[in-house]
Amino acid sequence: MNALQRRRIFNVVAFTASALATLIGLAILCAILFTLLTRGFSALSGTVFTQMTPAPGSSGGLLNAIVGSLVMTGLGILIGAPIGLLAGTYLAEYGRGTKLSTVVRFINDVQLSAPSIIIGLFVYTLLVVRMGHFSALAGAVALGMIALPVMVRTTEDMLNLVPKSMRDGSAGLGAQPWRTITHIVYPAARSGLLTGVLLAVARISGETAPLLFTALNNQFWNSNLNQPMANLPVVIFQFAMSPYKDWQQLAWVGALLITGFVLALSIIARSVSSLFGQHANPGE
Amino acid sequence: MNSQAPALRAHLRREARTEEVFHLATKASALLVLVLLAGVIVSLVYGSWPALKVFKFGFITGEKWNPVTDVYGALTPLYGTVTTSIIALLIAVPLSFGIAVFLTETCPRWLRGPISTGIELLASVPSIVYGIWGLFVLAPILQHSIQPWLIDHLGPLPVVGALFQGPPFGIGLLTAGLVLAIMILPFITSVMREVFRMAPLSLKEAAYGLGATQWNVVWDVVVPWSRAGVIGGIMLGLGRALGETMAVTFVIGNAHRISASLLAPSTTISAAIANEFAEAVGDLYTSSLFALGLLLFVLTFVVIAAARLLLMRLERAAVRRV
Repeated sequence: MNALQRRRIFNVVAFTASALATLIGLAILCAILFTLLTRGFSALSGTVFTQMTPAPGSSGGLLNAIVGSLVMTGLGILIGAPIGLLAGTYLAEYGRGTKLSTVVRFINDVQLSAPSIIIGLFVYTLLVVRMGHFSALAGAVALGMIALPVMVRTTEDMLNLVPKSMRDGSAGLGAQPWRTITHIVYPAARSGLLTGVLLAVARISGETAPLLFTALNNQFWNSNLNQPMANLPVVIFQFAMSPYKDWQQLAWVGALLITGFVLALSIIARSVSSLFGQHANPGE
Repeated sequence: MNSQAPALRAHLRREARTEEVFHLATKASALLVLVLLAGVIVSLVYGSWPALKVFKFGFITGEKWNPVTDVYGALTPLYGTVTTSIIALLIAVPLSFGIAVFLTETCPRWLRGPISTGIELLASVPSIVYGIWGLFVLAPILQHSIQPWLIDHLGPLPVVGALFQGPPFGIGLLTAGLVLAIMILPFITSVMREVFRMAPLSLKEAAYGLGATQWNVVWDVVVPWSRAGVIGGIMLGLGRALGETMAVTFVIGNAHRISASLLAPSTTISAAIANEFAEAVGDLYTSSLFALGLLLFVLTFVVIAAARLLLMRLERAAVRRV
């Protein structure tokens, strides 16, 4: 066998291996989704959405956890999204090229991949210790802090896609920069900004670690933001680690619900951003 | 005309004032990103102070973690964090490399979109779902088929054998490493794909012109050219693996014990915090968990910051070329 043949054979082997790697990656995704669907659907019933989390041995649902998750995710976005939008606006507009924006961009990128449990510890010190008890509000603040870097990053990326000529045109008509930004740039980047919000929601709705010692959990219905609140991720954690069969089944249902929600959001975000003509980089 | 002048002037004044407020609000929000980071550092140092005062540097080298005698050392969780992350990298890096090469080189154009979406969806699956899947699906498979095989075939070998001895628990360092590998795979893949795509076409064509096979081009042209980016991507994955909490908490076994075997249950920094923090009684216990948090923060910050610096420099170089 001469050197050329050897190289050709190695070429085929290497690319077969790379195709195989891709297959493995996709197979893992399918395996996870398959397990979720079979185990989740077998225990899914109407009572999941109408009843509270049960004591071990009795039947129940996930109503309080679902509502709690929706409330805290919603609040988290309400906290994180506006601040993230403004900060991203600074990076893309006012602060373009300044030292401050370079530092903020760098720190924000680091925060994107930083462990979320650290945020939990911070909010615990900041709010839980001060207030003297765990609360839904503390959970929402923790989630907001995790949504923030996602929003900052996507806002800056999306605003950068708006052509400079549109800003110049607006400025030429005598508009102040804030009017240009809010009336020209934001509308032009509308779907891109929406993508950012969707990605941020997707990112925080499955977060568990920062809720463990901020919102904690609550077996009962609670609409008081000042009190511990049930939420899907922590309920899944607790129920899955328990020795009770019916709790474990509810955990699978919860996992199915969360994953379905998050994957649907990611796919919607992706199609919204492709409408905008730009590929967003999810959570990275 | 003149009668409108005062109204116009008032309008312009209002516009200018709003401008000041808006500019300030954006700047304040940007500063808040830095303030929050500073807040995180201050709260971690403040929280871990009592423990660090008692244990000093011995905290990092101490192997004991005993709430009863109130003695805490971070060596076991640190060992768990580092070991699981290394296992994860050993598995995820070759796989990610293969996927990135496949997507940039061989994959037919029409398949590229769906496949990369599929791989990226792996990144959107919440970590708690990886945890529950790892515990109920992956761990039993490992326990009943893969681990017994490892113990029988690799266990008796010299040196490496020590890593694969003992009973097959199903949960432990190896399982956690595997789950982490799946979780960081999409992130490493995505960075590698981006940097591979940036490799200049002229270089690749020149190599083809010299008679290189497609693999030669990838391995001898694209990879060396994008080395910094590849390393950045791997370190980004490492940063994720070091800090990942929930998935690991499910499958690590939560035992404060260092064993030579990768099949044995252990714990990691993040798993220890997640498991014990809400129930920690006593100031020194809580403070020691904060100290673990500080350690994790420093570890991940250094790794991720280095990764970002590498990637940032690459991006800037790419912009300059255009």
